[in-house]
Amino acid sequence: MLSRNFRLQKVGDLRWLQKNYNFSSVAFSIDELIVLDVTRGEKDIALFCDHLKSLTEGCFVPIAAGGGVRSIEHAKTLLRSGADKVVINTPLFNNPELINDLAEEFGQQCLVASLDIKLNDDKKYQLWMENGTKPVPGNLSSWLEKINGYPVGEIYLNSIDQDGTGQGFDLNMLDYIPESFSIPVIIAGGAGKYQHLAEGLSDTRVDAVSTAHLFNFVGDGLKKARQGLVKDNFKLAEWMNEKML
Amino acid sequence: MKNKNIIVVDYGMGNIWSVLNALRYLGTAPQVSNDPDQVRKADTIILPGVGSFRKAMETLRSSGLDQAMIEAVKARGVKILGICLGMQLLGSHGTEDGEIDGLGLIQNKVDKFTEKELGKNKIPHIGFNSVSLSDKKGLFQNLPDNPDFYFVHSYRLPPEGLAGRTAICSYGIDFLAAFEVNNICGTQFHPEKSQTNGLILLKNFLL
Repeated sequence: MLSRNFRLQKVGDLRWLQKNYNFSSVAFSIDELIVLDVTRGEKDIALFCDHLKSLTEGCFVPIAAGGGVRSIEHAKTLLRSGADKVVINTPLFNNPELINDLAEEFGQQCLVASLDIKLNDDKKYQLWMENGTKPVPGNLSSWLEKINGYPVGEIYLNSIDQDGTGQGFDLNMLDYIPESFSIPVIIAGGAGKYQHLAEGLSDTRVDAVSTAHLFNFVGDGLKKARQGLVKDNFKLAEWMNEKML
Repeated sequence: MKNKNIIVVDYGMGNIWSVLNALRYLGTAPQVSNDPDQVRKADTIILPGVGSFRKAMETLRSSGLDQAMIEAVKARGVKILGICLGMQLLGSHGTEDGEIDGLGLIQNKVDKFTEKELGKNKIPHIGFNSVSLSDKKGLFQNLPDNPDFYFVHSYRLPPEGLAGRTAICSYGIDFLAAFEVNNICGTQFHPEKSQTNGLILLKNFLL
């Protein structure tokens, strides 16, 4: 488990998360869970799948998983370990054939295209691949245009600059989404408090907000944020308190 | 509930892990099986499924699981819950990849959402959506009003002609989101992916 706070910082494995934070309270406050293997270098798929299985044991929402998916077989392993959707990043840019093959095998609704976006020195948005280690040639809007034609069910736009800061989403990225864009957009990177989630959801170009910030895990931060959003008339799904079971 | 012989039918289609996960959370010890003899002896059958109606029916037929389920449900009154494709398979007829008969435990026919029905809505119908309940008893007891559930599907069962408890969802057109007719139950949504609402429904089914 890596904390994305102030760049990647190792905080502990799954046991650490379960021991130190009340994950089940988090699990009952979300519509979907995204689990990414951000290990740099050689990834241990079997180990990640073991973690995925035990993490999702108390989690009754759709689960998207990814990180290093390079083949149908790899995607299948994730789907057999509790994932309902597969998150794809690098192959979007260097192996679009795989996107077609995955969609044919598992259906378009099964694929989430993940884009890591960073402002470069001349204040232009730059896409990155391979865990944010390699710049992608070409500009953001032409890639979005291209990906609009790919058989993917959702797009996950993550700001590398904002990620882990808790300073709010980078909503300016959304200006680069073409008019004709028809894929539901999840915005990620930067949410650090309830108001940030509300800001994201208020933007008509955003379909869902994502957060991995520690505020979720401290006390009942996320639970309160969700209740606040419902109270403020954001149209979120509602369900009974888990204590009713 | 703990001592019941709950069989989750495994015919190679669907995320069995999530279904087992939810059943275990509710304190049961479900068995996974692709053996018709074991299915015949079940107290409770759960038929999950994701994928093509035709492929599923062909697999169930060639393995004899179709007859095992029909016998258990009709002759012994065993409770069955079909989830997503599993619910559609309980119907009399499907049109995915060509016409094919279903298990026929209910008479409704499965069909694709038509362009006209959908209007501006896209298929698959995916995400949380609320349903309206005919009453709040049996399968639907203890649920909130118009509860939200998680859906992923492109085909649907029309609600007409079903004599029993129903949950109706609207997506361009009204379709059958869940039902309970005596010992036969189905959910078009995924209760195992619908937070506490889904867990409450599963718990009701297992009572």
